[in-house]
Amino acid sequence: MAEKPRLKVPKEAKKGEIIEIKTLLAHPMETGLRKDASGKLIPRKIINKFTCEFNGKPVFSADIEPAVAANPYIQFTAKVEESGTFKFTWTDDDGTVTSVDQQIKVA
Amino acid sequence: MQTITRRRALGLGASAVLVLTVADVTGALATPAETDAEIAKFTGGKTPVQGKIAIDLPEIAENGNTVPLSIVVDHPMTEQSYISDILVVADGNPRPGVAAFHLTPASGKATAATRIRLQTTQNIIVVAKTNSGQLFTDRKQVKVTIGGCGG
Repeated sequence: MAEKPRLKVPKEAKKGEIIEIKTLLAHPMETGLRKDASGKLIPRKIINKFTCEFNGKPVFSADIEPAVAANPYIQFTAKVEESGTFKFTWTDDDGTVTSVDQQIKVA
Repeated sequence: MQTITRRRALGLGASAVLVLTVADVTGALATPAETDAEIAKFTGGKTPVQGKIAIDLPEIAENGNTVPLSIVVDHPMTEQSYISDILVVADGNPRPGVAAFHLTPASGKATAATRIRLQTTQNIIVVAKTNSGQLFTDRKQVKVTIGGCGG
């Protein structure tokens, strides 16, 4: 969890351009259905929510179920009209929130 | 004392494998009713229109642990009319829900991609909703060689 999420966001874009955003967070996404070597169920631990905001306004979010693979990868697009900051957050079942900011210059 | 013949040993081995396989499937898979219920919760009981959605998934997934999924809905993304929600369900996983994406006009394009887990060969059903409540749906089957739910 300590690992920083990986982001792929362009540093610059033209006004009105639709940019592609790729995100990946290192996380086991434990389904709660697997058993360990002694046959005990491994408790569920997943990232259940992902959000992306731009200058405080929502752009994209996802409700995630255990059927999303480990190290959740999410790709989507955003239309940028002005320079600003993207804020990405991932919420864990245990309440931990991982968040990262990313600047973009729009000309 | 009875000696264990080769044939008997083989038989024992085979039945042991069989027992293991059966025991390994943790819980039942989602029933079609559960899958339908999951979709009904999203649609509010209305029947979605077929089409408008391009689902990009491999025909055959060798490893069900991570299957790339990409969705594009052919719909404009303006303040007046845009795709607000995309629901993804799988009808052969332990639970039908996969993910729900929420979009805004600031998304620019009605698209999302992720990587999913598939237990077995099954259909992936995608339902998209516009801000005015119009519904579109499409589905695609994926053949899975090795399941990905740890069962």
